[in-house]
Amino acid sequence: MRPAVDAATTSRPEHALEVLTAEWHKLRTVRSTWWTLAAVAVSNVVAGAALGIVLPKTLSASQQASHRDPVQLSLIGLHLSQIAIGVLGVLIITSEYTSGMIRASLAAVPQRRLVLAGKAAVLAVAAVLAGLATCYAAWFAFGVFLPAGSPMRMSLSDPGVARAVTGAGLYLAVLALAGLGLGAVLRSSAGAITALFGLLFVPPIIMQLLPSSWQDTVGPYLPMNAAEAVYRVPSAAHFLAPWTGFGVLCGYAAAALAAGFLLITRRDA
Amino acid sequence: MIEASGLTKRYGSTVAVDGLSFTVPPGQVTGFLGPNGAGKSTTMRLILGLDSADAGAVTVNGRPYRQYQRPLFQAGALLEARSFHGGRSAYHHLLCLAAANGIGRNRVAEVLDLVGLDGAARRRAGGFSLGMGQRLGLAAALLGDPPVLILDEPVNGLDPEGVAWIRTLLRSLAAEGRTVLISSHLMSEMENTADRLIIIGRGRLIAQAGMSELLAAGSGSYVKVRSPQAGQLAALLQASGATVSRHDDALAVTGADAGTIGELARTSGIALTELAVQQASLEDRYMELTRDTADYRSAAPVAARK
Repeated sequence: MRPAVDAATTSRPEHALEVLTAEWHKLRTVRSTWWTLAAVAVSNVVAGAALGIVLPKTLSASQQASHRDPVQLSLIGLHLSQIAIGVLGVLIITSEYTSGMIRASLAAVPQRRLVLAGKAAVLAVAAVLAGLATCYAAWFAFGVFLPAGSPMRMSLSDPGVARAVTGAGLYLAVLALAGLGLGAVLRSSAGAITALFGLLFVPPIIMQLLPSSWQDTVGPYLPMNAAEAVYRVPSAAHFLAPWTGFGVLCGYAAAALAAGFLLITRRDA
Repeated sequence: MIEASGLTKRYGSTVAVDGLSFTVPPGQVTGFLGPNGAGKSTTMRLILGLDSADAGAVTVNGRPYRQYQRPLFQAGALLEARSFHGGRSAYHHLLCLAAANGIGRNRVAEVLDLVGLDGAARRRAGGFSLGMGQRLGLAAALLGDPPVLILDEPVNGLDPEGVAWIRTLLRSLAAEGRTVLISSHLMSEMENTADRLIIIGRGRLIAQAGMSELLAAGSGSYVKVRSPQAGQLAALLQASGATVSRHDDALAVTGADAGTIGELARTSGIALTELAVQQASLEDRYMELTRDTADYRSAAPVAARK
């Protein structure tokens, strides 16, 4: 009996692959995944296309020419898609707690950190692909509808354009992972969604009420501003350098995930 | 084989499981009984490593459950609370769990067939009745064809046909040499299914014994004797060390078995008109054992009328 038992507890490389396969099955077999990803795609692409159609008609040529960041106009759908992908990141873990699935999951894989790592991995892949694909699609859709010769037309080879579009896609993926981290900590869908978007939207509002010296020193490090640094083209004094901002954003997501990894083994399921 | 020693679990100031030690041997169905709040579900969660014990330890096949990498091959569990995502179909739910333990699609189809869910495999599990949910949980427990089964209230929500089916299934799994631990509130069901009982109250072990041994030891078990010479027989029995009490017009004898009584009557020339072993039901025995430990006992009707 003993040899069989030993084989059952010895670490095997296939184990991680099995967990990854299981998490992939979980992700693709619930509707919420497809609904949230569809919402990301629709809000990014439709909003980009809509502005490409509407703005040339409503703005004068000089207004169009003086717009500081047409890339950000093409990515206007981020306002909605960030919410959809954040919800996806939260639900991937909280739906297990609210449904009770977590008990079956942890009975099948008692190595809890491996379960969370598996979720993070499949979410990262799905969210990076969805983020990049839909942000580039939004940028193209915006450009496609602009009339020839519009001053808002731009090329991916223009300085900062490809970086901003790529940055927007990666921002969505990092936001999803931050949602996963908060979901693992709070184990409640409503709580984690509120926390995620509270941390994103509320600090900039509070910052408005504080002295301007604070706005200049602390302001750039707020999650929302750090994120914007990577998907805006022109640099500005009160924004971090693009990839620095992205790094700060990754730091917030890493902190949320680290808290999740710490707590998942310490608490009862 | 499941072995627990000194298992203790506290939730805040409440001690849910208190120094619990027991063994669940292979080849038998072991019933896990106790009043509501006695700590049965908590104990099962501790066995599976879902909750961490504050003290003591519990092993499954010689190891703590959390050490296994493919635990579905070691133990299968059906927990009392629903443990599936309502948006997933039964098939996909099982496939997710199977994949995590390297179990293939064929086995998923097999267990769906085994629990009678093959027709509903593609339906969203959220629409399942309580009984279908139980069958899905049981299918998950059987995925790895494990030597140990831990089932919390397995007949909950099943119709009489389902109850009979699960009883037969559990008996045959035990007959194959597996360790089967089931909790249930249904005494008659337990009496029909279990070979052995572990009874707990307020997180502590009250009794751990074979079913027949446990029933025989109860105060409700006695030998009923009727005789035209009842007075004379009672005196003889008492002289031989048995306890005798009047039960209507019959004698209730404890401390002597039916054979001894019959032999005593024969050698003394006393005629017997009835000699019957009265065994306490599991329910009586259970009530007797847990009388002082039920946390949520209903008030006696007399008290309620005041």
